[in-house]
Amino acid sequence: MRDSKRGVERRPMEKQGEEKRREKTSSYFDYNLLFLIIFLVCFGLVMLYSSSSYIAANSALFNYDGAYYLKKQLRNIAIGAVGMIALIFIDYRFWRKLSVLAYLGSFALCIAVFFIGSDSHGSTRWIDLGPISFQPSEIAKIGIILFLAMTLEKVAKNLKSGWNLIKVLLLVAPVIAAVAVSNLSTAVILAGIAVCMLFVASPKYWHFFFVGGAGVLFVALFIAFAGYRMGRIEAWLNPEAAGDGAYQTLQGLYAIGSGGLFGKGLGESLQKLGNVPESQNDMIFTIICEELGLFGAVSVILLFLLLIWRMMIIANNAKDLYGSLIVVGVMSHVAIQVILNIAVVTNSIPNTGVILPFISYGGTSFIFLLCEMGLVLSVSRGIKLEAIK
Amino acid sequence: MIRNKTYNRKKICVFGSFAIILGVALIGRLIYIMLFQHDYYLNKAIQLQQRERQIKAARGEIVDRNGVVLATNEAVCTISVIHNQITDEEKVIAILCQELGLSEEYVRKRVQKVTSIEKIKSNVPKEIGKRILAYQLDGVKVDEDYRRVYPYNELASKVLGFTGSDNQGIIGLESKYESVLKGQDGTILTFTDARGREVSDLQETRVEPIRGDTLQLTLDYNIQSFCTQMAEKAYLQKEADSVSILVMNPQNGEMLAMVNYPEFNPNDPFTLIEKYSEYIGTEKENEVLNEMWRNPCVSDTYEPGSTFKIITTAAALEENVVSLTDRFYCPGYIVVGDRKIRCHKTAGHGSENFEEGIENSCNPVFIDVGLRLGATRYYHYFEKFGLLDKTKIDLPGEAGTIMHQESKIGPVELATISFGQSFQITPVQLATTVSSLINGGNRVTPHFAKAICDSSTGAVQELEYDSLSGICSEETSETLRYLLEQVVSDGSGSKAKVEGFEIGGKTATSQTLPRSQNKYISSFLGFAPASDPKVLVLVIINNPKGIYYGGTVAAPIAQEIFENILPYLDK
Repeated sequence: MRDSKRGVERRPMEKQGEEKRREKTSSYFDYNLLFLIIFLVCFGLVMLYSSSSYIAANSALFNYDGAYYLKKQLRNIAIGAVGMIALIFIDYRFWRKLSVLAYLGSFALCIAVFFIGSDSHGSTRWIDLGPISFQPSEIAKIGIILFLAMTLEKVAKNLKSGWNLIKVLLLVAPVIAAVAVSNLSTAVILAGIAVCMLFVASPKYWHFFFVGGAGVLFVALFIAFAGYRMGRIEAWLNPEAAGDGAYQTLQGLYAIGSGGLFGKGLGESLQKLGNVPESQNDMIFTIICEELGLFGAVSVILLFLLLIWRMMIIANNAKDLYGSLIVVGVMSHVAIQVILNIAVVTNSIPNTGVILPFISYGGTSFIFLLCEMGLVLSVSRGIKLEAIK
Repeated sequence: MIRNKTYNRKKICVFGSFAIILGVALIGRLIYIMLFQHDYYLNKAIQLQQRERQIKAARGEIVDRNGVVLATNEAVCTISVIHNQITDEEKVIAILCQELGLSEEYVRKRVQKVTSIEKIKSNVPKEIGKRILAYQLDGVKVDEDYRRVYPYNELASKVLGFTGSDNQGIIGLESKYESVLKGQDGTILTFTDARGREVSDLQETRVEPIRGDTLQLTLDYNIQSFCTQMAEKAYLQKEADSVSILVMNPQNGEMLAMVNYPEFNPNDPFTLIEKYSEYIGTEKENEVLNEMWRNPCVSDTYEPGSTFKIITTAAALEENVVSLTDRFYCPGYIVVGDRKIRCHKTAGHGSENFEEGIENSCNPVFIDVGLRLGATRYYHYFEKFGLLDKTKIDLPGEAGTIMHQESKIGPVELATISFGQSFQITPVQLATTVSSLINGGNRVTPHFAKAICDSSTGAVQELEYDSLSGICSEETSETLRYLLEQVVSDGSGSKAKVEGFEIGGKTATSQTLPRSQNKYISSFLGFAPASDPKVLVLVIINNPKGIYYGGTVAAPIAQEIFENILPYLDK
């Protein structure tokens, strides 16, 4: 392991001059992905305004301003867009040197939440620094992606051994555990990202049946031992009989079901008038279903699948394993969140708070998601045109 | 730099495909929910989002035979508050106190009550409702409603009845014709947000209310008011317990007036009238209220006394057991079995024929006639004349006849029945039976409802009632009319005489049970014109003080009524 580590560090140094020359000749940039992102962000703004304006306009909490969420989201997007554009023009390999720092930094923030965090919805997930407040667990996602990409590239040759896989997992386990204390769903996403990246990096398949099995077992045990989550299981299996516990799920289903084939039309949702809790947040997909119908909902899912497809192409053609693994990390992040969110709102799995990327209202999450997209686009810039298959 | 290995690319594809498969599976799940369970969830959602608000239908009016409105509606408002919509609690409390004249404590308690909707006050005049609406207070609802109004207050209260808080008929015609008068409430279906606030820019579905149909009565406002005055006069002069006057058309059973003095005010039916004022606030109040609302003409039975001699006469004439010239002797009493039954004239009427016997209202004569008929035949006619059944008058709570069993009628019972004692019938039953006997033998159904006028089409449906012809022969009927005219022109009913009109009639003075109380009911039953009766009047004075003879107390009342209504009816 030591040897390979040294080798990895040395080789790019040697070839740096050669690489730079090549870059000038290649002019690839994945505009498809960029436009998909822009389209999703704009569509998300429309749906965010539609789903949040009534509540915001009728509540003193938001100063009776119907555009309250829209304005905040625009601000977050502006910040995120700056980050994204910057990351597109910074060579992604630059981050390799900062990976350990990013990892340790996000770990420190996750620990700091315990001491200086502020409460929201019964869990301590935020750090509030006066004008800025953010969710460290969202930062942890990008931290883990960068850190694992770096680590896995270094140990790529030794990943045949299951023991080494476990060692890599143990490296990221502290962050996941720290997040899990207050936010199980984000911890599951983090673990999912890690497993997906390991899966791609490893030449073996069978290890991952164990990893998958262990993951399922872990989630099952956690559900079994955390009392309040037991109620969620009952609410999942029989939402109509579960009472208050299934309120959100049931209201979401009413919204989805009443959409029909073409929906009630943009802005015509009735469930968003306070019936669906968090309609601008975790439950925004239900409002999309109600207003735009099956047609609109399938279109949104297809957009996400297209996004994943584009990232898959970039990952496959990335110049190096590091870039490829970064893209895989981001891709797994988006895929897991989209699938979990839609599975939750359609009551396909027990309720857990996962937002829909690009569309749900989000601060830290949105900013860092756009930054991740910047990383992916940066990786796409490194692709040589002739290398695309 | 480490390049992507083939296995890395392969695994990226495996991972990507896995994600796409899951995405497609979720599309499948969405298709199931959004297409196959669409109706189910849409219904559930609508149940949640839609609120149904009732629009009260106006109740049908009740008018007299000439269209005088006896019961109508007043548009009023119901003021309620919806707690979680109130934004300025203090302002709401202050304005409601000021406009509705309620105590702050009362309003505050209701405004602060955490409930979906709380009624503050109903039957608020429309102008006040409009004023409250103009303040545009959040969470204050003003709903239109109707209040039943009886413009003539006490007039015919026990016939008309009154309505309850939900505008439903409680007693009288209001109750009997509830389905006609009620109408159909309309609805407004509106969409609301989760807090119950109506979403104003969404279209509402409105089902208009249908007004109740108008009920036209056979009652005549003028006759009813005049009779009420007469009853009041008798009530006051004779310090009676109550006075009932019943005016009907003997040819078809139409009721022209039915007074039960003292009446109550159906606009305020839960307040005891002066007569019962001693019970206000006591635990007997409810019981007394029911007594106050009771219509004794229909719901109470009494011993009719001498007026029943009309029936005995009709039966005897039918069976030919007596002729007008048959001679009788009255020593002041008659012995039946082991009983000595007194005539009201203790000195006796001496020798008299049957015509003179009825003019004198002589008990021994009628006991003799009754005995000639015998129990079986008498009972047969009692039944044939319709006295065992109810009259089927269109008022609720009609009492049945209290009569001996046929097998239990011995000579003594038969003797007392012959002059109207030892059994009980309702006043309306007596009036109806006599009407049927003097109109040529058609048993009529007494009734108040003449026609129903459909509120939406304006179509008028005349109501028809059963009548049974041939309960006595035309000849008997004619003789009876002649005899009863003689009673007024030459006999005990002479105080009912009206110059220029031929009046038939019969007086009665019956002692109420228990006899030891020495309480009497004075009554007079008269009709005119005697040869072709157009109107029949029954006056019953319950427990008059001083002179209590029917001929002296009740007949003059009837006389005054005839004097006034006969010219009126001729018009």
